[in-house]
Amino acid sequence: MKILVTVKRVPDPESVLKVNAEGTGFAKDNIKWVVNPFDEIAVEEGLRIKEKVAGSEVVLVSIGDKAAQEQLRTGLAMGADRAVLVVSDTDLDPLAIAKVLKKVVDTEKPELVLMGKQAIDDDANCAGQMLAELLGWPQATFASEVKFGADGKSAQVTREIDGGLETLEVPLPAVVTADLRLNEPRYASLPGIMKARKKELKEMPLAELGVDTAARVKTTKLETPPKRQAGRKVESVQELVRVLHDEAKVI
Amino acid sequence: MGNVLLIAEHQHGKFPKTTLVGVTAAKELAGKTGGKCIGLVLGQGVDALGSDLAEYGIDVVVVDAPALANYVADAYTVATAEVAKQKGVEAIVGTATAFGKDLLPRVAARLDAGIAPDITDVIDAKTFRRPLWAGNLIATVTIESPMRVVSVRGTAFDAATKGGAKGAVEKLSPAISGTTKFVSFNETKSDRPVLTEASIVCSGGRGLKNGENFTTYLEPLCDALGAAMGASRAAVDAGFVPNDLQIGQTGKVVAPTLYIAVGISGAIQHLAGMKDSKVIVAINKDEEAPIFQVADYGLVGDLFKAVPELTEEIKKLKHA
Repeated sequence: MKILVTVKRVPDPESVLKVNAEGTGFAKDNIKWVVNPFDEIAVEEGLRIKEKVAGSEVVLVSIGDKAAQEQLRTGLAMGADRAVLVVSDTDLDPLAIAKVLKKVVDTEKPELVLMGKQAIDDDANCAGQMLAELLGWPQATFASEVKFGADGKSAQVTREIDGGLETLEVPLPAVVTADLRLNEPRYASLPGIMKARKKELKEMPLAELGVDTAARVKTTKLETPPKRQAGRKVESVQELVRVLHDEAKVI
Repeated sequence: MGNVLLIAEHQHGKFPKTTLVGVTAAKELAGKTGGKCIGLVLGQGVDALGSDLAEYGIDVVVVDAPALANYVADAYTVATAEVAKQKGVEAIVGTATAFGKDLLPRVAARLDAGIAPDITDVIDAKTFRRPLWAGNLIATVTIESPMRVVSVRGTAFDAATKGGAKGAVEKLSPAISGTTKFVSFNETKSDRPVLTEASIVCSGGRGLKNGENFTTYLEPLCDALGAAMGASRAAVDAGFVPNDLQIGQTGKVVAPTLYIAVGISGAIQHLAGMKDSKVIVAINKDEEAPIFQVADYGLVGDLFKAVPELTEEIKKLKHA
């Protein structure tokens, strides 16, 4: 099975992001960058499928500036076979991302696209669903389990949704987006890191793809919300109940 | 002068509060586009729901079809896009629930529309505010495409109430296609209030140590308060409680009148899902835990002692 997995370069989740001088984005200097945690889960799932289904190939794709090589190398070190980087110096909105990914899918012709359910920087949770629609493929988002039919032509996906767990059956090819409980990603081994240096990482300038990436959505302002103030400590459960009842009047 | 189409999510023959919040946001947006707000009910055997939605003073389109009996993204996208085209719609509004998050981006892609997910404010017909980076940044975004799609954060607007002239209900039968097959839904059963609708939420974290302790310690507290139960990601990841209880950046967003965090350290990802609560109480043995930085009232102590004591005190108060 040929599997395409998306990898986004995002700030480390523990980073404190500061608004840039123009007030339209966040300052990108002095930040530690990582693979979007949900994409890491998607990569892991791709590798687990590859380990089960003989003859599988896991191809990574990222869209971003050249620095995203680092995150693709991380995925290659985990065990992916090769990587494609669509080089773009500007941030694209989710629909533009989906259009670029569609172009890559048209070339690579995978049977399965695995993506993180959302990127932890813009929290949009859109690109996977959009890609599925542009391809005319079914989608199974927020996956916590992926199984394949005996004939390898369909997937049964369990999804984490409001109120419980839902199971869908989708014919392949399909787009699946990973939720937190799908798996626990492996760490890259030292031999894995060594091997990754020699694996193919192909760069493609965005302009060469001929995709309409004009922004449908523009961020005109970015700001920090007002901080909630810490209140006070209470000494005992009795005091807590009293203040909640008499002062806050919430019980 | 385009119309605004509200996709009305329903469960068990009812509209959850999140949908009614969506109605408010859609009406507000229609006020800015100068068009009408039209509700859209998709499903099978949903005539009564269509009529119910019209009582919120909006016109309603019902698409009733066997292919829509269970929600699946591809078939629902086709139906929604067709209705949008037929009804002169320039903006589509849905809820930032699992349903809306799955459906709306797909609808946007079909209509080549820009999308603003999880909005908290409608500034004008094209401009919205939305949180990102786990709620630590707020973006103002403008959608520049002729068709616009937004999903609405369930805590950001008041729920609509019935009133005004009842709207007209119209049935449409667009062609529907899709290849996704619904197999099953394993529902988490609970007699407690729904997490996103409760006025009091008690949440447990890693500090509770295991699932049995949620039952032994946290559930009685929830029941004494009539509260919904929630959890941190750590507790869900560890398998203490079902995923459906997770509050935070990648789980549910709640803003109850009272939020009690028990044994939760308060990572920014968790705060993203509860920091708009009116009153926050934290119970944690670590006085340096970041949860205390957002808590109105903090109790430093052993939760295994404090929680049963709190449950008893609340019972006493209720019987007083």
